Amino acid sequence: MEAFITHTGRMVPLRRSNVDTDQIIPAVYLKRITRDGFEDGLFSAWRNDPEFVLNAPERAGATVLVAGPDFGTGSSREHAVWALQNYGFKAVISPRFADIFRGNSLKGGLLTVELSQDIVDKLWEATEKDPQIEVTVDLQTRTVSCADLVVPFDIDDYTRWRLLEGLDDIGLTLRHEGDIGTFESNRPLHLPKALPIAVGGTT
Amino acid sequence: MGRTLAEKIWDAHVVRRAENEPDLIYIDLHLVHEVTSPQAFDGLRAAGRPVRRPDLTLATEDHNTPTLDIDKPIADPVSRTQIEALRRNAAEFGVRIHSLGDIDQGIVHVVGPQLGITQPGMTIVCGDSHTSTHGAFGALAFGIGTSQVEHVLATQTLPLDPPKTMSVTVDGTLPPGVTAKDIILAVIAQIGTGGGQGYVIEYRGEAIRALSMEGRLTVCNMSIEAGARAGLVAPDDVTFDYVKGRPHAPAGAEWDAAVAAWRELYTDDDATFDKEVTLDASALTPFVTWGTNPGQGAPLGANVPDPATIADESERTAAERALEYMGLTAGQSLRDITVDTVFLGSCTNGRIEDLRAAAEVLRGHQVAEGVRMLVVPGSARVRLQAESEGLDTVFKEAGAEWRFAGCSMCLGMNPDTLAPGERSASTSNRNFEGRQGTGGRTHLVSPLVAAATAVTGHLSAPADLADVEQ
Ligand code: SF4
Repeated sequence: MEAFITHTGRMVPLRRSNVDTDQIIPAVYLKRITRDGFEDGLFSAWRNDPEFVLNAPERAGATVLVAGPDFGTGSSREHAVWALQNYGFKAVISPRFADIFRGNSLKGGLLTVELSQDIVDKLWEATEKDPQIEVTVDLQTRTVSCADLVVPFDIDDYTRWRLLEGLDDIGLTLRHEGDIGTFESNRPLHLPKALPIAVGGTT
Repeated sequence: MGRTLAEKIWDAHVVRRAENEPDLIYIDLHLVHEVTSPQAFDGLRAAGRPVRRPDLTLATEDHNTPTLDIDKPIADPVSRTQIEALRRNAAEFGVRIHSLGDIDQGIVHVVGPQLGITQPGMTIVCGDSHTSTHGAFGALAFGIGTSQVEHVLATQTLPLDPPKTMSVTVDGTLPPGVTAKDIILAVIAQIGTGGGQGYVIEYRGEAIRALSMEGRLTVCNMSIEAGARAGLVAPDDVTFDYVKGRPHAPAGAEWDAAVAAWRELYTDDDATFDKEVTLDASALTPFVTWGTNPGQGAPLGANVPDPATIADESERTAAERALEYMGLTAGQSLRDITVDTVFLGSCTNGRIEDLRAAAEVLRGHQVAEGVRMLVVPGSARVRLQAESEGLDTVFKEAGAEWRFAGCSMCLGMNPDTLAPGERSASTSNRNFEGRQGTGGRTHLVSPLVAAATAVTGHLSAPADLADVEQ
C-alpha cells in the first residue's frame, strides 16, 4: 500500500446524505476480477445526469470528495473504495461514515475524514464559490485546512501509523503467527469444520 | 462487572491484545462468494501465501448465478468469468465450494445455517455485509471488505477494535399477520440507517424469544441496514433444536459439551449496554418502505409522509429526493401504490418458512394481471424442500414464476432485474436507487405482504384479501 502523509487537492461537493455503496458503484460493475478500471462505474447512475456535480468541467482532476452524512452505507463491496481511488480521489470528508466502508478505505489508503456538518457546510460553500480552492488533509498533524480554516480530525494512532508507513496489514499480523498457533491449539473440539464435508441431516 | 453476550464472544476470540493496537481476533468460519473474493485470492498468489485454514473456509456461488436454465453455461460472459475464477481459486487453494447445480448451493447466508456450520458463540465473517444474519444463532458475525477477506484467508484472524454494544428490546406479542420483517423495518425506521453505527445490536425481549430461528435470521440480517455491523440473539433451546442433527452439528459427547458451552452465552444481568432501545411488538402492524433507504418506512396503513414535516434538514432533502425517484406524492395512501413486480426471496426472506407463509396467502388466489411474481428460494435445498411440500405448485398455479436458488433480484447482478421506472414489492433488504435494476423502484415488505400485494396488484396485507374473490 502507498503511504499517506499529506494531500492537497481540489474538492468535489457532494451535497447528499446516505450515499450508499450501490450509488458509489452499482452491482453490474462488480463482475470484474481485477482491482483497477472501476472508475467508469463510479456514481454511474448519477453521472448520466449532465447536471451531476462530477460532470462539471471545473471538477475535473479534483481529489477530495466532500459528502453529506452516512457516506458508504450498504454493501461491503471494497469496489466502492477502488472506484473512488481509480477515479483519482485520495480522501473523502463526511460527517459520518458507514463502518465497513471506513474500514475498507483505511485499509486501502483512501483517507476518510470525519468532520462536523458545520465544517462540511463551510467546505461546500468554499468550493462552490471557488472551485479552484484547495484543501489539505494532513495525516501527520491530523488537520484539514482550507484557506484560513484549520480543523483537527480524529483518527486512532494505530491506523495513522499504518497509513503513514504504508504498511501491509497481513505482514503485520504474520509477525504474531506464534500467537495464532497457540490460540488454535486451544480451540474447543466441538467447533465445526468445513472439511471433510459432512452429509445427511435435515434441511 | 458482568459482560454482554457480544463481549463474551469477543473475549473468547482474542489471540493477542496490546496497548494502542486493535485486538487480533480469531475467525471460526470464513464464508466466501464470487463477487468479493477474486482480488483477495490474487493477493495471496502474488505474495505466495496459502489459505491458512481451508477447513474453516466455505465457498458458494450466489450473486451472479442465473435462476433459469442452470444446466446451461452462464450466458453473461462477465458473470461466467467471475464464477469460473471462484471455482479455479477454490481448486487451487483447497477450499470447499458449492457450485451451481450442487445440492448445497445457495445464498451464502442461507447455506451456513442450513448446513449446521453456523453455531452459537462462533466468530463468522464473509465479504458480504449481510453476514450479520448468522448472529441469530448467538454468533458474532459481520461483513468485511476484500482486503480483510485476504487477511482472513492468509491468517484466519482480523485486527479489530471492539464494537460498542446496543440492546434492542422488543417486548409484547406480535399481532397476527405481523412478522420478523416488520419488527426489523420498524426498528430501522426508529433508530435510522446510521443509528446502529459502531454497535453490535443484541435483540432481546419476549417477541424475539418467541420468534423461530428463521424469524431471528430475518431480524439479524437487516442489522446492517440500521448501520450496525452485527446483530445477535442469545441462543436458547430454539437455537439448539435447530442446529441439532444438521450435517455439521456436533454429535454424541461433543454435542453435550457444545450445549453446555452455549448455555453460557447470554448477557449477564449486571452488564450494561452503551445504548438501549425498546419497542412494543403488540403495537406493530405490517411495515413497508416508501423511500430509497431502509429507514424510510411506515406502517402499511399510513400515507406517504410529507417531507415538509421532517425537521432535520438532511433527512428532509433525502425524503424529497426519494419521493421524486420513487414517483410518489406526499400524502398518498401507501395501500394505493401499484406494483409491476413482486420478488419473494433473498437472504432476508428466502427460507422455507418464508415460502410457506407466502404460499399460504396465495393458495386459491391468482397473481393480479400485469404483475409478475418471482419466487426464488434461498438455496437449492430450500427449493427441494418446498417442492416436496407442494409449494411450487401453489406458486405456479397462482401464476408466479418458480426459480432456482440465488440472490437474483435482490441486487440484479444476474438477468433478474427491474426495468427503468418499474416498481416492486420485494422481500429483500435494500431499497436503494437502482438496486434491483437501473431506475427500478423498490418497496421492502414481508413475505405475507409480498404475497397479498401480488394478488391485489397494490401494496396490501393478507387481511385485505378477504374481499378478493378466490
Ligand atoms: S440475497 Fe441480496 S443481500 Fe443477501 S447476500 Fe445476496 S445480494 Fe446480498
